[in-house]
Amino acid sequence: MARTRAATTTPERLRGQSGNTENETTQASPVAHRKPGEARPNQPPMFGGLSGSRRNVLDLDDFSKEEIEHILQSADGMNEVLSRDVRKTPTLRGKTILTLFFENSTRTRVSFEQAGKVLGADVINVSASASSVSKGESLLNTVRTLEAMKIDVLVMRHPHSGAPYYVASKIDAAVVNAGDGTHAHPTQSLLDLYTMRRHLGDIVGKKVTIIGDLHFSRVARSDVWGLRKMGAEVTVCGPPTLLPYGLRPGTEQADSAAFTGINVVDRVEEALEGADVVMALRIQQERQDSGNLPDLREYSKLYGINADRLALASPGALLMHPGPMNEGIEISSEVAHGAQAVIEEQVSNGVAIRMAVLYMLCARSRGGE
Amino acid sequence: MSADQLRRALVRISHEILEQNERPVAIVGLHSRGVELARRISDLISSIEGVEPDFGTLDPRLYRDDSDSASIKPVVPSEITFPVDDRAVVLVDDVLYTGRTIRAALDAIRDFGRPSSIQLAVLVDRGHRELPIRADYVGKNVPTARGEDVRVMLEEVDGTDGVTLLRQSEAIAYGGGQG
Repeated sequence: MARTRAATTTPERLRGQSGNTENETTQASPVAHRKPGEARPNQPPMFGGLSGSRRNVLDLDDFSKEEIEHILQSADGMNEVLSRDVRKTPTLRGKTILTLFFENSTRTRVSFEQAGKVLGADVINVSASASSVSKGESLLNTVRTLEAMKIDVLVMRHPHSGAPYYVASKIDAAVVNAGDGTHAHPTQSLLDLYTMRRHLGDIVGKKVTIIGDLHFSRVARSDVWGLRKMGAEVTVCGPPTLLPYGLRPGTEQADSAAFTGINVVDRVEEALEGADVVMALRIQQERQDSGNLPDLREYSKLYGINADRLALASPGALLMHPGPMNEGIEISSEVAHGAQAVIEEQVSNGVAIRMAVLYMLCARSRGGE
Repeated sequence: MSADQLRRALVRISHEILEQNERPVAIVGLHSRGVELARRISDLISSIEGVEPDFGTLDPRLYRDDSDSASIKPVVPSEITFPVDDRAVVLVDDVLYTGRTIRAALDAIRDFGRPSSIQLAVLVDRGHRELPIRADYVGKNVPTARGEDVRVMLEEVDGTDGVTLLRQSEAIAYGGGQG
């Protein structure tokens, strides 16, 4: 049985909820985990839907379709640079990019570092565990100290949803959200869109099925924003305890306008039927101490993607996973390395997407507004 | 400049390129209209000589030192599939203005190798150079004021061939124009 949720929340109501009255031109951006009254960074409205005035990349909720399109197209050009023998351009020469990670990460941090370096920027990496954060410095003092050393872009990952928004409202450097708590991971969503487009062409009307822990997945949240804006049909499926509030049976929609217009399906077989893209989400064992997921074996049996289940999707459907994979839990090794998997390509495309994002942000700050 | 004049200018440029180069040249168009012009020149050269020259495209945007228009259009993949080392490369663009695009293109082509020479063919030279750069092959010299704009229209992109000079007020309305 499929339940389709219609958009019932009006922008006015959402604005009221988020307490955002200082900038009425900002597109209403319902963020399930933003604390009440927490200020949104003051983002100027887009210039004709194009980049050029964007200060930060925090989530895809405030991106226009044209802006997403622009980044995806630029990523083609960036991929060409990555395919050269000499992978270096002087584009961001003299710019400093700082990655500040309060959570462990390999692929995202290295991806940003590679993207910055290929474009000629200097990249400094700070991980919270090896910094003065472990001495008890506050987040704000940490980023202000780092900014005082002249940085242009702060790439930030933080275990608390909304942390990059807070930082973006306090510093002048451009902020890129590389994952905040369970809220958003916009560059992952962009690279997912880009990977789908390279294989499927236009993704309007394509059926994308996301399976797994949607409650804790910032990837899924940003993916849903991006996919809906680009016109894909989104189906989600997962254990009811791991669906976001608002999609669980018996809960109200209001809290999760990010999830309007998507299909919620109970049985994984039904969700997979006819899918053009199957996306398995990682079971985040570091976020599973609240008892929402009693047993990994049971999860694997009911929701794990294996060859039999993948066969239910459209012939040649893409199999995606944001990584890192728990092989044998949410995805079987056989399909994870099979012909339909584009998981490694997602990683390669991530560099191109992040180059396009950094270029967009730095071109602005270099342009002398 | 009418469609016929544009065509004749390209024919002349193609002959000049052949005249000036004893060895086969590589034609590289600069995005976006330079690519279409380069394709035509390449076709003309192969119809004159019977040998198709190597053809490539280049987007110099990542090499610009100004970003006035840097982020307005997406970056396009450059396609240079032949080795440029020790080749004579002819860059092709529609309008030569400040010279900054060409400077960026010179840097860009260097990342693909070391050509024995780099030459420049443009459809229109409108003056106002800001850098010591000149064109080897020019379709037409058009004296302009800075506030004016030269608009090159090509069949492949705009549905018609021709070059028009937009006066100051028209140039603002059109909103284009880069060097």
